[in-house]
Amino acid sequence: MTKLHFSRKQLCIPYALFLLLFVVIPMLMILFYAFTGEGADGSLTFTFSNFAKFFTSTAKLSTLLMSFTIAIISTAICLLIAYPLAYVLARSNWKKKNVLLMIFIMPMWINFVLRITALRELLDLIGLLGTQNYLNTIIGMVYDFLPFMILPLYTTLEKLDKSYLEAAADLGGNKFTVFTRVTFPLSMPGVISGITMVFMPSMTNYVVSDTLSNFNITILGKLIDEYFTTYDNWHMGSMISIILLVIIFLTLLATGGFKEDKNNARGANLW
Amino acid sequence: MAEMKKAKLSPEPKGETSPLKKEEKIIEIVGVSKIFDDTAAVDNVSLYVRKGEFITFLGPSGCGKTTTLRMIAGFDIPTSGKILLNGKDITDLPPNKRPVNTVFQRYALFPHYNIYDNVAFGLKLKKIPVTYVNDKGETYTKMQKLTRKEIDEKVKNALAVVDLEGFEKRSVSTLSGGQQQRVAIARAIVNEPEILLLDEPLGALDLKMRKEMQIELKEMHKKLGITFIYVTHDQEEALTMSDTIVVMKDGQIQQIGTPTSIYNEPANAFVANFIGDSNLFNGTMVGAKLVRFCNHNFKCLDDFEKNEKVDVVVRPEDIKMTNADEGMLKGQVISVVFKGVHYEITVKVGKTEVVIQNTESRNVGDTIGLDILPDGIHIMKKAFTENKYDGYITKKNTVVFGDGEFECDVTQLYPGSHLDEEGYLITAEGEQLDLTDTDVKVEVGFQSIEISDNAEEGGAQGHIVSIIYKGDHYQVIVRTEENEEDYVLDTEDLWNENDFVGVKIAPENIRLTLKQEIKQK
Repeated sequence: MTKLHFSRKQLCIPYALFLLLFVVIPMLMILFYAFTGEGADGSLTFTFSNFAKFFTSTAKLSTLLMSFTIAIISTAICLLIAYPLAYVLARSNWKKKNVLLMIFIMPMWINFVLRITALRELLDLIGLLGTQNYLNTIIGMVYDFLPFMILPLYTTLEKLDKSYLEAAADLGGNKFTVFTRVTFPLSMPGVISGITMVFMPSMTNYVVSDTLSNFNITILGKLIDEYFTTYDNWHMGSMISIILLVIIFLTLLATGGFKEDKNNARGANLW
Repeated sequence: MAEMKKAKLSPEPKGETSPLKKEEKIIEIVGVSKIFDDTAAVDNVSLYVRKGEFITFLGPSGCGKTTTLRMIAGFDIPTSGKILLNGKDITDLPPNKRPVNTVFQRYALFPHYNIYDNVAFGLKLKKIPVTYVNDKGETYTKMQKLTRKEIDEKVKNALAVVDLEGFEKRSVSTLSGGQQQRVAIARAIVNEPEILLLDEPLGALDLKMRKEMQIELKEMHKKLGITFIYVTHDQEEALTMSDTIVVMKDGQIQQIGTPTSIYNEPANAFVANFIGDSNLFNGTMVGAKLVRFCNHNFKCLDDFEKNEKVDVVVRPEDIKMTNADEGMLKGQVISVVFKGVHYEITVKVGKTEVVIQNTESRNVGDTIGLDILPDGIHIMKKAFTENKYDGYITKKNTVVFGDGEFECDVTQLYPGSHLDEEGYLITAEGEQLDLTDTDVKVEVGFQSIEISDNAEEGGAQGHIVSIIYKGDHYQVIVRTEENEEDYVLDTEDLWNENDFVGVKIAPENIRLTLKQEIKQK
């Protein structure tokens, strides 16, 4: 019996194929559709008109603004809820803290549509449904994406070398200064990781906004969907996708998400 | 100097004033214990640190040295006991309120700050009293932060002390291990602490760097004039740098002394073995300053009771090689290893292996003689941890040992057994056993024995023959008259030598094992 031997190159082939089929080709197709348009005779021509149309349409710009606002508020609320929880859990010596963490993470294991439908019923029960569309959408986003904020924060804070905190206290820092000058700055990789995990889907996850606002709130993801399905305009849909991609890329750049992780607080990039 | 240091563990000597004045002590640790999850990391440690000295806590990992340091820093709070700083109780004070700074094992430099901000961290938080004169000519003081200029100056000075001028703007990750180490030291000393704590600060450096830093740290200590408390497991480092060494093991202090006194007069076999290479022999005192080991009687300088079993330590460099028939011992060379300056030669003498260091070499297989001069022989009392006796069970289910008779729990010999009304032991399987005259081994811990003035109260009676102060308690030895059996016990009460006392042991503290079972193994 001879053993099977694969070289590193050979092992790469399936992944390269996967990348080509599901990342590179689709991206090229989106780029192609975004910068082309159908002429009167049905022929495809290169054009910037989709781009121009997007930024001259008040409706589309207001959708962009709406998505942005909802995403920012949802992300901020997630951070405000998740940070103290992750901090307390990470710093406690409680042996069963994993159980508590699990309870917060568990919703992730339940089907997403089912969760949102259940939330809709709950909001209906307390009379919010149909009256508070923005609030409901934000509640839905926070509920849905909170685990994605908790996990990276918890991992970062857990792995944070306690000697940094001891050093800060040793040098005269009280609990507050230790937190503001050492703990929080060192947990930034987790914060950024959490923000990206929550912010991006909050801009696009229109199942949440549709279900909880009775189709009254349109976010960017919904707009893309409408162009591809309802209007059958792949060119505009592709252009919006690219604009969204650029926005997310710029957000990451602004928060420093691409910076190399030099400090010891590793494990933040869990995803 | 050595004599002064040796007095450290003992209480104020009776009838004479302590040679050390109270104000010289900067840190005093009084009966401190730290228990983590039921195990004592530090077990009833008492010591003090004199102002300005370089003191090293030395011991293997898990000996409690780092925990002791962390309690001085304030990171861990003692389970019991007190820590005094300049006579004031600081046991429960948080780290930021203590005039103490730490150099951490892995430096713990803040990765999100550059070198300047790391060093300035403590200064930026510091508030100092500043005196002002107001319009009416009255003076008043205000606590205020250091100015930017003052901070700049201090940071610059601190970086100069550690030879890192011009590194202010560099980021931590661009520095080598040795440079990070220096920044960590600068960050601590810039705050002008009364005590600098160093937790194995050189552990992560390579050998050459470590040697250099040892010398630099020692020079820094002289220059700064503050107290250094240093933790290491490296005996050579401790011997090189310290004024005083505290040797620890299993959370307890084994010996406190100067490097010379610890090396030359180790208090017990552990210290001897830990500090430098050594040969350890089981010996017996056979006369006045005469000890027998390796089937030879050696003259020595220490005097112990005749027939006492002792530990004998001989340093490899203290053994001289002679011609085969001229030495006190005779043996065969079984290995020779060149160690740079000297050869390490292992010689088999009878059944014992003896290690020698010498600049001269011998060939493997050579038969040579060995000489040991009296000043090369260090004799130490055997460290007991337990009283052990041979005994037997009586008809009444008591146990006779050590010239006495004690009530005991015989059911421990057979798990799950109990006694019936007639005093027979019924095993878990229902078997009936008569234990009368069963030979047993008896073990009793030092803490389990009580002594009483009323001699008749005890299961055995004897005179107190020895009282040794062990830092926080006395170790007392009671010797019976009939067979000279010894009971070693720990007590907090002070007794007098020659007191006639009764020895009391609670039945549950007498551990019995069957002798036959041991033989069967």
